[in-house]
Amino acid sequence: MKVKLKVKRTDPEKGATGYSQYTLDMHDSATLLDALISAREYEDGSLALRCSCRSAICGSCAMRVDKRARLACRAKVIAITGGDEEHEILVEPMGNLPVIKDLVIDQESFWTKIRQVDPYLQPAGPVPEGEYRVPNEAMLDLTHTMNCIMCGACVSDCTVLEVDKNFIAPAALAKAYRFAGDPRDGHTVERLQKLSEYGGIWDCTRCNMCVEVCPKGVAPMNRILQLREMAIEAGITNNTGARHTAIFTKSIVDGGRLNEVWMVPGSVGMFNLPRIMTEMPGALKMLRAGKLPLAQLIPPGAPGSHKMKGMDRVRNVVRKSAMLKPKKAEVTD
Amino acid sequence: MAMKYAFWPGCVSKGAAPELYIATNRVARELGIELVELDQAACTGAGVIQEQNPELGDALNARTFAMAQQLGLPLMNICSTCQGIESMVQDKLAKNPEYLAKVNEILAEEGLHYEPGLEVKNFLWILVEDLGLDNLKKAVKRPLSGARIGPFYGCYILRPSQLLGKEEHPDRDHYLEMVIEAVGATAVDYEGAKKCCGFPILTINRENSLKQTGNHVHEAQDLGADALVSPCPLCHLNLDAQQPAAKAVTHYDIDLPIIHLPQMIGLALGIDPKEMRMDHHVVSTKRLLDKLAQPVPA
Repeated sequence: MKVKLKVKRTDPEKGATGYSQYTLDMHDSATLLDALISAREYEDGSLALRCSCRSAICGSCAMRVDKRARLACRAKVIAITGGDEEHEILVEPMGNLPVIKDLVIDQESFWTKIRQVDPYLQPAGPVPEGEYRVPNEAMLDLTHTMNCIMCGACVSDCTVLEVDKNFIAPAALAKAYRFAGDPRDGHTVERLQKLSEYGGIWDCTRCNMCVEVCPKGVAPMNRILQLREMAIEAGITNNTGARHTAIFTKSIVDGGRLNEVWMVPGSVGMFNLPRIMTEMPGALKMLRAGKLPLAQLIPPGAPGSHKMKGMDRVRNVVRKSAMLKPKKAEVTD
Repeated sequence: MAMKYAFWPGCVSKGAAPELYIATNRVARELGIELVELDQAACTGAGVIQEQNPELGDALNARTFAMAQQLGLPLMNICSTCQGIESMVQDKLAKNPEYLAKVNEILAEEGLHYEPGLEVKNFLWILVEDLGLDNLKKAVKRPLSGARIGPFYGCYILRPSQLLGKEEHPDRDHYLEMVIEAVGATAVDYEGAKKCCGFPILTINRENSLKQTGNHVHEAQDLGADALVSPCPLCHLNLDAQQPAAKAVTHYDIDLPIIHLPQMIGLALGIDPKEMRMDHHVVSTKRLLDKLAQPVPA
């Protein structure tokens, strides 16, 4: 089959130099990596890319394919083009990481962030004489994160990292869950405290981009959500993120539907006047446009707060839903 | 074909974006879509309750699904976030029969029961899959020719795609463009269309949130957009109500009307913009409306 590629080129000295186009003749079973290697071998020896295992294990060949990060070795050309030989596949280096040359990015910041989360087990107490006994469910829960091959696809397409380089980003946060969620780990609370700071778990917008692009089913965002739940459960709630969750939940438990007015003061802290004041011009604009829901002026939980119709029944569901909570897996001797 | 849905309006259309609620009902009437509002259904949790208490989120959503099933109707929402959460909960309940049985025990107290298999669709999906673009085109009275409109999807109507019917409906991530073109406007192709508006972290990391919004608005405006359209009122809140703040943070010279999907459809159906409260946005929609009021370019 005919394969058309449009590859973004970057020169270490000159910077971005535009795009190279290749038309190749490949077998129907070819992957994008096969096509790129073929382009490098037969068309243009100066094309730089990273690859090794060719079987989605080493994580070297992540790149952006038609605007989304994926492993080139795991992407069949025919699946990308849908069999349309005129579809020119756009190949670019990963995002959010500096480009060294063409499709090769600098992994330094990726690894710095992984190291930032202490990616090793820190067991509590003396090491047992035999082996650690860990419940099956607890380890099964961690298999998602253990599947991570550090390819960086999630980091490439993270929408928060795009605006804030300080964000620890999905790969490292998923790795953090790998250890914080391990029943053998003894530093869970310290980990969660550190992760609750600026740049950590609460800075994620939950956009699901990392879940979408991860080639190994790690679903980093879901791990971030698990870390949030753990942090709240551990009582690490003196931060905007945890307060946001608390006021949101309180507003539903109290009134059935969201109280938008109290989300800001409830999240940033009722007495954080400077921060609340930054929202005042916006609130006034909304008021003028008739978009400030005045029915919600009384805070959730206070007498006279806004309640939806049939709130008694919602309250009953709130009470009873506690019985749905799964039992915690624990280390047994 | 009679089209009838149980209608979950979401919190925001009943709160900070009342124009969405009004426009939805008005446009549904015009299109012959009958909506039975679930006025006693509670918030989906928007993924936030789920951070602390996923079980409560599951129970509340299952309750909403059961209410629709009691009416024997598919469920319509008008919020990308609601769609995503509802689809995720549906998936979780369908995969865990024992857990579902416990949820149903709770619902039984109100005489409700949820059986997996309910159709849950955002208004966008309904337009394309149930009404059909041909029927939509036939209903258009005032094509939006000459207007360049950028799609803004909202994360949860797109991702994770395997929970959002990608296999059965592979084009769902192009529907907005298809609808924009069906009503006669030109869809603006820009990278921000499928990214995050930043709303979920507005209170947590205001600067990041506003940079996201500012970047998307700026990019679309730079490419000649006259407006952005979104099926998600949460995106609308950040892109519209926070646009002046985003301008201050990013220093981009932005001023771009942000309209709700039903408002765009309503304009093409010839409904008076005032009837859809298009004069109640933070960023004035006047420029877009003025452009549409001009004679259709040949």
